[in-house]
Amino acid sequence: MRSPTISVDSSSPAPSPETKAPAAVFGPRLRLWADRLSPAGAFVALIVVWEGACRIFSIPTFLLPSPTAIVAAGLEVSPVQWLSNISATLRVALMGYFVAIAVSIPLAVALVNSRFLSRTLYPILVIVQSTPIVAVAPIIVVTLGASDLPRVVITFLITFFPIVVSTVTGLTATPEELIELSRSLRAGRAREMLHIRLPFAVPYIFSALKISITLAIIGAVVAEFVAAEHGLGFFIAFSTSFFKIPQAFAGLAVLVALSLVLFRVCTLAQRWFVPWSLPKSQR
Amino acid sequence: MSEPSHVIRFSGLEQTFGRDDGSKVTALEDVTFDIGRNEFLAVLGPSGCGKSTLLRLIAGLIFPTRGEVSIYDLAVSEPRDEIGIVFQRPTLLPWFDVLGNVTFPLRHKYGRVTAEDKARARELLTLVGLSDFATKRIDELSGGMQQRVAIARALLLDPDILLMDEPFSALDALTRDEMSFELLRIWSERLKTVLFITHSIPEAVLLADRIIVMTPRPGRVREMIDVELPRPRSIGTLSEPRFHALANHIRGQLFTRAVA
Repeated sequence: MRSPTISVDSSSPAPSPETKAPAAVFGPRLRLWADRLSPAGAFVALIVVWEGACRIFSIPTFLLPSPTAIVAAGLEVSPVQWLSNISATLRVALMGYFVAIAVSIPLAVALVNSRFLSRTLYPILVIVQSTPIVAVAPIIVVTLGASDLPRVVITFLITFFPIVVSTVTGLTATPEELIELSRSLRAGRAREMLHIRLPFAVPYIFSALKISITLAIIGAVVAEFVAAEHGLGFFIAFSTSFFKIPQAFAGLAVLVALSLVLFRVCTLAQRWFVPWSLPKSQR
Repeated sequence: MSEPSHVIRFSGLEQTFGRDDGSKVTALEDVTFDIGRNEFLAVLGPSGCGKSTLLRLIAGLIFPTRGEVSIYDLAVSEPRDEIGIVFQRPTLLPWFDVLGNVTFPLRHKYGRVTAEDKARARELLTLVGLSDFATKRIDELSGGMQQRVAIARALLLDPDILLMDEPFSALDALTRDEMSFELLRIWSERLKTVLFITHSIPEAVLLADRIIVMTPRPGRVREMIDVELPRPRSIGTLSEPRFHALANHIRGQLFTRAVA
């Protein structure tokens, strides 16, 4: 009579394709593989078209190098040099990113808790966000000197704002009933924040973390364009200034790969640590 | 010391809310009534008659503009431990499993949950018919099951008073009927003073010992009706002539008002 017994049956795992008739297996499987391979296929097709276009129209390498030329240029650079550039960019990006997380989340909590702070600080944050960081970067480098510090500051300035905004949105999106439940238990503001509001903001925070990790790479590269002796941004600027366009493209490809890997790490971190914050289909 | 016959008392209650434009809205006016020990009282009325305001006044979440709300003859000046609340939406926490949601009030209030607490939570899950679901995730449960978890959560601190704010109104009609009978069974096993807010006439008649019919803005007590249907009530109760007579009477009350 009760719904639980009914729901047990419906929530049990769906029968696997193997248990179905053999004829029905082939079609869905093929479609599944096509679905899985289609992104890689599109990528490969793009590379092939690119390579073909470069050869057929004899495009000069300083305008658009072919993929094979880029790979060749990339292999000319020693692995040690690659590693040192990658680690320099990665260090700046991650330092700026983690400082941004460490500042933004407590800042968001403060903004939500205090009307005064949100009235006074929020406009300032918007002004900082509206300032083109690329334009300010040279000034920051001059002010803070030639070390990792100005680069981390630039990365921080680019990454922090989405985290603040998303966290504030998440903290204030908590259902009113849960806040009433908390108040009816007289649990206190600190526990309300820690046990209810912050966990509720986790999906919002992770959205921002995914956006910000790619912004962090942008921030690090912008900083390296302005002033650096190593790093992928420096490598690309250096290569371009000597008209080594294929080498610059190789640096760019490594940069894109780095950005994608970091984005992937963010996604996996969410799946490992807070799977409930993802829609069922993405767990 | 003899216990008073009433648990909750509203006397000369008035509740006004300030609007953003500076004007005031009177939500409740001249509300006076008692709720007895282990009485099941339903508050029935159209939207905007201040039903939910009554509930929040008892819960100590808001305070009356005039008059007094008292529990055991003590004016309500802050939220009290004797109260459990079930809201319209289950509002469970997706990062805990079912058991974690039931024990949440203890974790939230005291910061820890003992093995004994967990055992008690499991008993409550058995009471609400979810004994096999302790380790399930929230999104694996249907709406009705989620509301069962919310009821178990409200019962965790063994409150004397259970406040229910249209708890079944978000459920489909079949689940809603089923949950009404489930609530009667749970209530018969754990007697509590219940304040049940609803806008469903049959639900109020089926569940309650007494029904308070409210008028729309400002909310006043229009009529107090004793429901003299025998307990335990079952599906058979729904087809009793007295059930229909009472429901029709209340419908008439609400309808004439709407026309006038």
